[in-house]
Amino acid sequence: MKMQGVSVSFDGKEVISDVEMTLLAGEITCLMGPSGCGKTTTLKVASGLLRPVKGSIELLGKTVGPETDETDLIGIRRELGVVFQGGALFDSMSVGQNIAFPLRYCRGIEDPVSISEMVLDMLDHVELGDVREKYPSELSGGMRKRVAIARSLVHSPSLLLLDEPTTGLDPTTARHIDQLVVELCGKFGFSVLVVTHDITSALGIGDSLLLMHEGRITWRGSPDDWARTDHPVVKKFAEGMVSVGRTGGRKL
Amino acid sequence: MNLLSWIGRQTIELFSTLGFFSIVGLRTFSGVFTGTWSKEDLFEQLERVGVGSVLVVSITSAFTGMVLAVQTLDQFVRFGATGYIGGVIALSMVREMSPVLTGLVVSGRIGAAMAAEIGSMKVTEQIDALRTFGLDPHVFVGVPRLLAGLVMLPILTLFSFVIGIGGGFLYVAAHGVNAHLFRRSVEALLAPSDVYGGLLKAAVFGVLITLSACGQGFMAGQGARGVGTATTKAVVWGNMLILVFNYILSTILFGGIKG
Repeated sequence: MKMQGVSVSFDGKEVISDVEMTLLAGEITCLMGPSGCGKTTTLKVASGLLRPVKGSIELLGKTVGPETDETDLIGIRRELGVVFQGGALFDSMSVGQNIAFPLRYCRGIEDPVSISEMVLDMLDHVELGDVREKYPSELSGGMRKRVAIARSLVHSPSLLLLDEPTTGLDPTTARHIDQLVVELCGKFGFSVLVVTHDITSALGIGDSLLLMHEGRITWRGSPDDWARTDHPVVKKFAEGMVSVGRTGGRKL
Repeated sequence: MNLLSWIGRQTIELFSTLGFFSIVGLRTFSGVFTGTWSKEDLFEQLERVGVGSVLVVSITSAFTGMVLAVQTLDQFVRFGATGYIGGVIALSMVREMSPVLTGLVVSGRIGAAMAAEIGSMKVTEQIDALRTFGLDPHVFVGVPRLLAGLVMLPILTLFSFVIGIGGGFLYVAAHGVNAHLFRRSVEALLAPSDVYGGLLKAAVFGVLITLSACGQGFMAGQGARGVGTATTKAVVWGNMLILVFNYILSTILFGGIKG
C-alpha cells in the first residue's frame, strides 16, 4: 500500500494533510501520535472506508482517489483485514459466527464443515481454545481482541490494519497481543499497519515507525532511529506532553 | 429572531431527515433483490416483530374493542340501532383502530429497539466492520428489518381485528345483545375491501416504522446519548408517520360519500 499526498477534510476542516506512507510486504509499520491527531482517519483511508479529498492510495494494484467509485472500494475492502479499536465484533453473533462471517460474505464459502474447520484453525492461530459457542459479551478484553484479529485474518487478507490493538488492555495482555501480531505477520507474510499511541508496543513490534502530529506525518524512522532522534515532536510525544501541554504535575 | 432561527433549524432538520429516510428507503428496497443480506437475520426479525408483539397487540386490541363497545352501546340502544353495533365495532377496528394501534404498539416496542441496536452498532464500529467486508449496511441490516415489518404488521393487524371485535362482542353480549344479531350486523356492514384496506395500511405502517427505526439508527450520534436520542426520535418519527399516512390512506381508501 502506498499513500501519496493524501488529505481528508470533514466539514471543510482538513483532518489529515499530505500523508505519504508505504507499507512493505511482511513488514509492520506503526503509526503513532496523540489522541485526535488523525491516526484513525488515516487508517480509515487505508482501509477504503474513507475517500481522500486530495492525493491517492495504491492499494493491492488499484488506485483509490477522490473520484473512486464505491463499487471499486467494495472489492478492495474485501481483500483487507481490519481490527477496530473496540474489536467491533457483532454482539448478536457467537464467536464462531463472527469468525465465519468474512468466509461467507468475502469468500462466498457456504459449506458448514469447511467453515467450522477454518474457524477452529484460526482460533488455534490466535491461541484461543474452542470458544466458538461463546458470545463477545462473555469474553475478556484480550480475548475479544484475539477474536477480532482471527476474524480479520480468516479470509487471508493481503494487508492487516489494526486500530489501537493494545488500548484498554493490561500490560501483560497487551504484550501478548503484540507478540501475536509479530508471529502472525511472520507466518502469513502480509503487510501490517498498526495505529497506536502505545510507544512500548510500537517500539516492540514496528519495523518502521511514523509519528503523526496535527494531521501530518512529522517523523519517520526505525525503532533505533527513535532512540537517537532529537526531533522536538518525538521528544514531546515520548514525554507525553504533545496534547496535554502540562509542564507541572500534582505532588503526591 | 430566535423564533425564526428555531423554525429554520427545525425545517432544515425535518427535510434532511426525510431526505435521509428516502435514501435509506431506496437503498434498502433496491437491496431486497440485488444486495447481500442474511436470511437467518430475516427469520430472527420476523420472530422479533411478529411473535414478540402478539401479546401486547392482543391486550391492546381486546381492550380497545371493549372500550368501543362501552362508548357506543348506550347510544345505539337509545336510538334503537342495536342491530348495527357489531358492524360499527368491526368497521372501526378493521379500518382504523387495528392498523393504527398495531402500528403504534410495534413502533414503540420494535422501532425503539431497532434504532437502539443499529445506533449501538454504529457507535461500536460494527457498521464500519460490515463495510470492510464489502457489505452495504443499509442493505445487510435494513432489508431483514424492512421485510419483517412489511410481512408481520398485516399479520398482527389481522390478529388484532379478531381480538378487537371479540373484545367488543364480549362487552355487548354481557349487556344483552345476542351473538346472532352481532354477527349479522358485522356481515352486513363489513366488506372485504375494508379488510384489504386495513391490511394495506398495516403493510405501509410496517415499512414506515422500520425505515424510521433504521434511518434514525444509522443517523445516531456518538455515545450513549446519541443512541438514546436516536431511539426517541425513531419512536416519535414512526408514530408521526403512521398518523399522517393513516389520514392519507384513509382518504384514498375510504374517503368521500359512497352512495
